[in-house]
Amino acid sequence: MTARETRTLILVVVAFALLACLPLLRHGYLLSLGVDIAMYTVLATSWALFSGPTHYISLATAAFYGIGAYVVAAGIGTLPYPALVALAGLAGAVAAALVGLATLRLSGVYFVIFTLGLAELVRQIVTWVQNNFTGSRGMYVLTSITERMIYWELLALAAAVFFIGWRVARSRLGFALRIIGNDETVAAHLGINSAACKLALFVISGAFAGMVGAIMAPRLSYIEPSIAFTSELSFQVVIMALLGGVHRLWGPLVGVIPFTILWEVIAARFPTQTVLLLGIAFLLIVYLIPNGVVGRIESALRAAQRRVSHA
Amino acid sequence: MRERTVLDVQGVTKRFGGLVAVDALSLAVRENEMLGLIGPNGSGKTTVINLISGALRPSEGEIFLGDEMISEWPARAIARAGVARTFQLVRILHSLTVLENVMAGAVFGHKRLWGAAARKFALRQLDRVGMAHAADAPTASLTCIDEKRIELARALASDPDLLLLDEWLAGLNPTEMQIGIALIRSLREEGRTIVLVEHVMDAIRSLCDRCVVMNGGAKIAEGTPEATLADPEVIRAYLGVGHA
Amino acid sequence: MDILITGLLLGATYSLIAIGLSLQYGVARIMNLANGEMLVAGAFGAFWVFTAQTLSPFTAALFVVPGAFALNWLIYRVLLRPLVRRAKSRGMLEVETILATFGMSFAFVGIMLLVFGGSYFTYSYLAEPYRILGSPYGLNRVVASAVAVVICGLLYWGVHGTRTGMAIRAVAVDPAAASLVAIDVPRVSALSFALGGAVTAAGGIVLSTFLTMDASIGVVFTMKALIIVIMGGVGDVRGAIIASLILGLAETVVASLIDPGLTLAAAYLLFLLVLLFRPEGLFGRRQS
Repeated sequence: MTARETRTLILVVVAFALLACLPLLRHGYLLSLGVDIAMYTVLATSWALFSGPTHYISLATAAFYGIGAYVVAAGIGTLPYPALVALAGLAGAVAAALVGLATLRLSGVYFVIFTLGLAELVRQIVTWVQNNFTGSRGMYVLTSITERMIYWELLALAAAVFFIGWRVARSRLGFALRIIGNDETVAAHLGINSAACKLALFVISGAFAGMVGAIMAPRLSYIEPSIAFTSELSFQVVIMALLGGVHRLWGPLVGVIPFTILWEVIAARFPTQTVLLLGIAFLLIVYLIPNGVVGRIESALRAAQRRVSHA
Repeated sequence: MRERTVLDVQGVTKRFGGLVAVDALSLAVRENEMLGLIGPNGSGKTTVINLISGALRPSEGEIFLGDEMISEWPARAIARAGVARTFQLVRILHSLTVLENVMAGAVFGHKRLWGAAARKFALRQLDRVGMAHAADAPTASLTCIDEKRIELARALASDPDLLLLDEWLAGLNPTEMQIGIALIRSLREEGRTIVLVEHVMDAIRSLCDRCVVMNGGAKIAEGTPEATLADPEVIRAYLGVGHA
Repeated sequence: MDILITGLLLGATYSLIAIGLSLQYGVARIMNLANGEMLVAGAFGAFWVFTAQTLSPFTAALFVVPGAFALNWLIYRVLLRPLVRRAKSRGMLEVETILATFGMSFAFVGIMLLVFGGSYFTYSYLAEPYRILGSPYGLNRVVASAVAVVICGLLYWGVHGTRTGMAIRAVAVDPAAASLVAIDVPRVSALSFALGGAVTAAGGIVLSTFLTMDASIGVVFTMKALIIVIMGGVGDVRGAIIASLILGLAETVVASLIDPGLTLAAAYLLFLLVLLFRPEGLFGRRQS
């Protein structure tokens, strides 16, 4: 490990330790905001792990999240909670693998369209199954898990995402993905199995979304299809990740924090206008900051450096 | 002395809809041989390269690499089996540095190195093509010959059993051309097995052991460069009827 | 038999929205995910004309169709053309247009929520039975599909029988080659995009005569249109029409035999089958 990496590692550990102290403030609103930010950080970072290098825009987050929540709701009486979280991760991974196998060989448009309706599709199927076979629509998830425990769980999951992202970036897989993102033809002629690489990352992001759904289930406490599968979530995640920037592991985080706060404010004051906010955010990203805030800052820094070296 | 056959193309045909791009072509490349594949524009040379490297699948016929039939394999499997190529229009990975471009070949190709070993091997290939000084440079401001050299180093970094060069000399100015020809000659002296698609006749004459001439997708001549380039049918193919 | 006819009637109206999207994606190369919102806007127009002015909803076409045409022309010129110009590759353009049109889609929904509120809107027009082969069908559905068939016929003639239509088809096949024969590709693209938007809005009028809608339902129609276009093969009018009929039938079969809540699942099943077995469309030629 280089000196710089050691320094970064120490910084990250200190930052996580400080963040873990947040519940000690006993500030209800801050904690709830912390849960939201931690949740979106996990979702947006794991989304960017897949979508950043491959340029495939996945809108499947909500589907995997909902599946994870449902795993907990269905199994809470029979299995211990930690096992359910693991199972939810597995379910998310399996769902991602199935979707990926069907669509990742094809062009990006087909993939977006397929994932666009995925949450709604799973919602329809779950509703139908519940109506016809289980009788009741909603399910209660009553546990002794408090909000601060949810926060810590999500924080741990965030640490796991960053660790995996860091490992992947230093692995053959990460290198392969950078090549695929540049030129898939070259990748194939270098001996890279691009479909398998994309699938691996998509499965990782699916597993994380599933686990997040499972961790959030006790907070929702009452789970029914329209609560668990909200396609809005998928779009929020895409916006946050792109807003921050997907070319760096910590890029999405830069988008998550301001957007979560902004979203809270708008949702509280103008609840019907969150859709408009989503629209404006998308347009802003495409037309003004296509490489995210981080990309913007980095290119500004590079330009400044060039000026200095020319002077 | 009989050398081992590295590549054996047997009666390969490629049709696009009604168009026959390659018509029952057979050719063999022996170990340490440099084979020139020439012919007028549109005669199917690049299609042959695409068929060998797995970018396309033959409509008929078979391709063998050593003892293995590779004609149904995907490009990535063929690359791993030891075939490396360059592209007619050079394809550099622009968000990677020069060294990373070359490392890509060492990491994923035939050789499959990783970490320091891959780095070292890639640096050696960069040095080999005379680009070691630019290892950490970004790829944005490279000249044509530099891009071609990097692409060549990337192909070499996989330590291929067979190297396919698709008009590698095209687009170079006269000075660059001299550098380029010298570079390919040094590869030949190393004993590499190469298929060279080329329009530059001087290069063909001075570099190749043997030539295959294509026209309209079919092989019209095969032999030493001197003999094939003097063949009346080859001259007719290039210059039209009346010049032979 | 009932299912067959209901399905065909539904499919005929679907073909209208699919052709709108097909013009935008196949010719202008823009995967317009705000397509469904244009449809809802058209439906709003019809709703307003019928309830506030007590006129036939089809008279809304007088201002909805030119309005949608102008709006989509502007959208293409102002918002999308810059993306086309700055894109380095087809893939990059795809990603950017997807994000941009998502943005537009949400912005439209937001604006419509502001203007019309979030409630469902529906009206009763020609809700009397009409007998086909002895069984009753809603007259509004029959009229709607007849109108859809007429519009499709006009479009078919427009694309295959006029000079501009020929330019549109040329751009659909190969924009680079089209510009070599002096076709103004940006102009034809803008025209197709605008025409596609107008057709979609017309589809909204037609659908509003028998479907209940709200401001945020557009995405459902976008999905259906996308599935039809992909199933029919990009840029293939005949394929789009047949795919619409198949989708209409499949939805009706699932809705009446299994559960009306599973119509999207039916559409997805079709989509999945197409993706797995014929990703180039029902009649598309397999690329080598």
